[in-house]
Amino acid sequence: MAQLALKAVTKTFGPLQVIHGIDLDVRDGEFVVFVGPSGCGKSTLLRLIAGLEQPSSGQIVIDGQDVTRVPASDRGLAMVFQSYALYPHMSVYKNMAFGLENMGLPRAEVELRVTRAAATLRLTDYLDRKPKALSGGQRQRVAIGRAIVRDPKIFLFDEPLSNLDAELRVAMRKEIASLHAAISGTIIYVTHDQVEAMTLASRIVVLRAGRIEQVGAPLDLYNRPDNLFVATFIGSPRMNAISAQVVAIDGGDAALAFAEGQTLLLGNPGGRLAAGDAVTIGIRPEHCDVVDTGAVDLAVRIDLAEQLGGETFFYCSAPGIAELTVQESGQLLRARGDTLKLRFRRDHLHLFDANGQALAHGAAAAIAS
Amino acid sequence: MRQSDAARRTTRPDPWAAAVRLLDLPMRAVQRLIGERRMPYVFLLPNVVFFALFVFVPLGISFWFSFTGGSALFPSQRPYVGLQQYGYLFDCGSVLDPSSCREDHFWRGVHNTAFFVVVQVTLMVLFSLVTALVLNRPIRGRAFFRAVYFFPVLLSPVVVALIWKWILQRDGLLNAAITTLGGQKIIFFIDPSWAMFWAIFVSIWAHMGFYTLILLAGLQAIPGDLYEAAEMDGTRPLRALLRITLPLLWPNMIVVIVLALIRGVQTFDEVFVLTGGGPGTATLMIVQYIYETAFANQSQNFGLASAASIVLGVVLFVLTLAQLAFNRKRDAT
Amino acid sequence: MSLRSALTLRRGGHRLHWTDVASYAYLALGVVLMFGPVLWLGLSSFKTQAALLEFPPSLLPTSQKQVSVPGFDTPLPLFSVTMDDGSTRVLAQVRRVGLQAQMVDPADPGKTIRVALDKRTPLRETAFAFSNYTEPLRQFDFLLYLKNSLFVTIVATLITLLINSMAAYALSIYQFPGRNVAMVGIISTLMIPITIILVPVYLVITWFGLVNSLWAVILPGAATPTGVFLLRQYMLTLPRDLIEAARMDKASEWQIYARIVLPLTLPALAVLAIFSVMWRWNEFLWPLAVLSKSQSYTLQIGLNAFQGELQTQWNYLLAMTVVTMLPITLVFVFLQRFIVAGIANTGVK
Repeated sequence: MAQLALKAVTKTFGPLQVIHGIDLDVRDGEFVVFVGPSGCGKSTLLRLIAGLEQPSSGQIVIDGQDVTRVPASDRGLAMVFQSYALYPHMSVYKNMAFGLENMGLPRAEVELRVTRAAATLRLTDYLDRKPKALSGGQRQRVAIGRAIVRDPKIFLFDEPLSNLDAELRVAMRKEIASLHAAISGTIIYVTHDQVEAMTLASRIVVLRAGRIEQVGAPLDLYNRPDNLFVATFIGSPRMNAISAQVVAIDGGDAALAFAEGQTLLLGNPGGRLAAGDAVTIGIRPEHCDVVDTGAVDLAVRIDLAEQLGGETFFYCSAPGIAELTVQESGQLLRARGDTLKLRFRRDHLHLFDANGQALAHGAAAAIAS
Repeated sequence: MRQSDAARRTTRPDPWAAAVRLLDLPMRAVQRLIGERRMPYVFLLPNVVFFALFVFVPLGISFWFSFTGGSALFPSQRPYVGLQQYGYLFDCGSVLDPSSCREDHFWRGVHNTAFFVVVQVTLMVLFSLVTALVLNRPIRGRAFFRAVYFFPVLLSPVVVALIWKWILQRDGLLNAAITTLGGQKIIFFIDPSWAMFWAIFVSIWAHMGFYTLILLAGLQAIPGDLYEAAEMDGTRPLRALLRITLPLLWPNMIVVIVLALIRGVQTFDEVFVLTGGGPGTATLMIVQYIYETAFANQSQNFGLASAASIVLGVVLFVLTLAQLAFNRKRDAT
Repeated sequence: MSLRSALTLRRGGHRLHWTDVASYAYLALGVVLMFGPVLWLGLSSFKTQAALLEFPPSLLPTSQKQVSVPGFDTPLPLFSVTMDDGSTRVLAQVRRVGLQAQMVDPADPGKTIRVALDKRTPLRETAFAFSNYTEPLRQFDFLLYLKNSLFVTIVATLITLLINSMAAYALSIYQFPGRNVAMVGIISTLMIPITIILVPVYLVITWFGLVNSLWAVILPGAATPTGVFLLRQYMLTLPRDLIEAARMDKASEWQIYARIVLPLTLPALAVLAIFSVMWRWNEFLWPLAVLSKSQSYTLQIGLNAFQGELQTQWNYLLAMTVVTMLPITLVFVFLQRFIVAGIANTGVK
């Protein structure tokens, strides 16, 4: 097992710079997920680590050894491709044995490793089949098996679940999670699906346009996003972002005006707010409580109600707020056109400055009122 | 049990894998030495060496030879004579009259080849087109008929020539048919006109299947709904043929014509085996002139043969450029 | 009858239109003209020397029955004779005299019978002269020529498949400086057929001391632009992920070529193999130039030399022509689909 360090890694394709100076340390045994919208450079970064692309500048270090100029075949990594890239002319057994034969392992050792991996992945009955004769999930497991048998320093996964249907994806997600628990290897996993990132990762790296937006444990990213991009990217349904303006500063408190005539009194985080500042209030749908009485922050009109049984989603709007999502656990029977009175949970409010950088999270922003 | 069975089956020794592994040691060493990114040069090398040795170097030598004289094969022993060989080739009273030329056989070859190419290409393209059109109709057993027309393409020129020589000989099948119909036996290969006729006939017989196949592929690429649209407009079949089929087939026709020209100019083997270039020089082609000037005669006049080769090469080059130009035009539209 | 079916391959109406009749007539004529000569060669190749000399020739390999009669040195031809009394007898002819033939009854050779020429018809029997095939292989060098041709065809095809696929692999899987130059170079060899570099290639072969060796036939045509492009087009369709997966599996570039790309290129390799076998088996001008000793002749050259001899022994020549034609015919019968598809796709032969 191994550590990995990226030092100021960049990559340009012709005139296009796709990776802008990435620094990252991956610890031994970590499950790191690169997540971001398509085109953010996450796959390129993975291919740079794999050695399938050469960085334009910077260093890639594995276990303290600079491998920047080492070809892919000599880095001792294994990769699971989005397309699986199974060799169509080889049986499942040969697919898994190919890499081991290339390492020059004796035949008995090859056979031992392949049969063991096949047993783990429930592929024993399919060892003789060609990839063509397998289901999507089975192909996926062969691709993973091909990586496991190699016992690589680091596993690289490039959107491995994106070709599976929804049900299979959930099942494979669980398998990959339990696999990591079993082999405790270092894994770098690329996905555009933040649910996969949240459920699998020990640490998530959020990428946008070739830059790292934030690195952290899933719940850290969820609870304390560094900026509006991470805040809205992590979490489903996404966090509501409400534009607001600081109208008055009163000692440690700040009064924010939003949604044509509504006001919110908050603590002034570190005294950094001044009257007239434009800010964004972030509140996740599950932190908007529907109340009948007492202090109401905002009254909204329901545009669409989704009753899922275990929980209920309301897609609402209010004057000055185009869209606001509310999530209630259980069943709350309201219909389109109804009015909801909302109160935001103060300890889950997020405040972002005009550039989208986080000013305060939860309790820090709240004042006892 | 099942598990070990499967494993045993899949671990059966694979001779190809073993052979590859044997060569892998040196190739891996090369890869270590020069790096993964330079490996394509290694893979390209054998083919490039062959092309260099047997195409590009010879092409250069061919130019050099055409400016040298004597009968020695090695370039170092050949005296430089400037444009003398070309001078000999073009030393003519009139190029229209081969007997007025110093190298009368060369000009006979030029004349014969030109006549041969014009007639052969015209008729062959015509027959290929008709055959392709017929084969493109709702014919039962199309695969069989296509195979029949195509089969002679695969036969070697020697076989083709001998098949026809046997039919056309004095007591052959054709003369039997002629006498049965009350005619006189004809000894075809002592009559210059008949010899040329059969040279052209046999070469069309041998090659038209190839061009038919290309044209048929072109016809089958024309979408059927065009014809349905034309029918809705009340177009009659002949008009549809002239206004839809042929214009859409035109790019393929160009390919076929140029290809047939390039091959026609190089005609040698069938005619050589069939008639030996005779009677006299009646069916002597340029390539036969080159071959005989260089190899068959005692003279071993490599310089003259090379000069003639260069002349032929220029003709082929122009034809190939024409083809590339047409191809580009076709790809652009 | 719809326009579409009139001009395209859609099977249309139920009644036969006159154009259908004309089409089938044209095709039937085509079959006779294209396949008839080949069939005629095949039938003739089984005829005895005597049957070949008959005019007009008979269709099947038949010859006149002959019988050995005591008192005559050579076997006599048998005829069926209509006697004056209307009965028919089988008699052997001794000689012709004017409009009469002197004949004998094989059972009673002492008595000569005179018969008018028009009263007798030859008795024929079907006789396959298999010796046409066995004799030249034994007496002449045709077995050697056959071996030479097989050697040239097989070795040359293997070399072509190897070096062409290596070049195609380099040109399809990698991006490298000089790639376009290499492509243009290979395309340009299309423009330089052997006919215009005959003499200098002969010189190169002489340099290597290979004149009259079979390697002289094999080597010059081993690298083919057609093969490189056919294989390259196919390799370009292979998923890049497979190559990269193999690289991650610690395969060397050689192993990627040999164990991943080659097996997946088999369909295109098969087409090239068929073409190469065809080219090599039928090759004529170059072997004719470079092979001057009969022990290194290929079948084509041997056949040409044999037909050029003063007294053409047609019975042997025809049989050897069939032998020369046979392998290609078998290839055609079994692999027609590949050949047709290959030519339709690439326009090469």
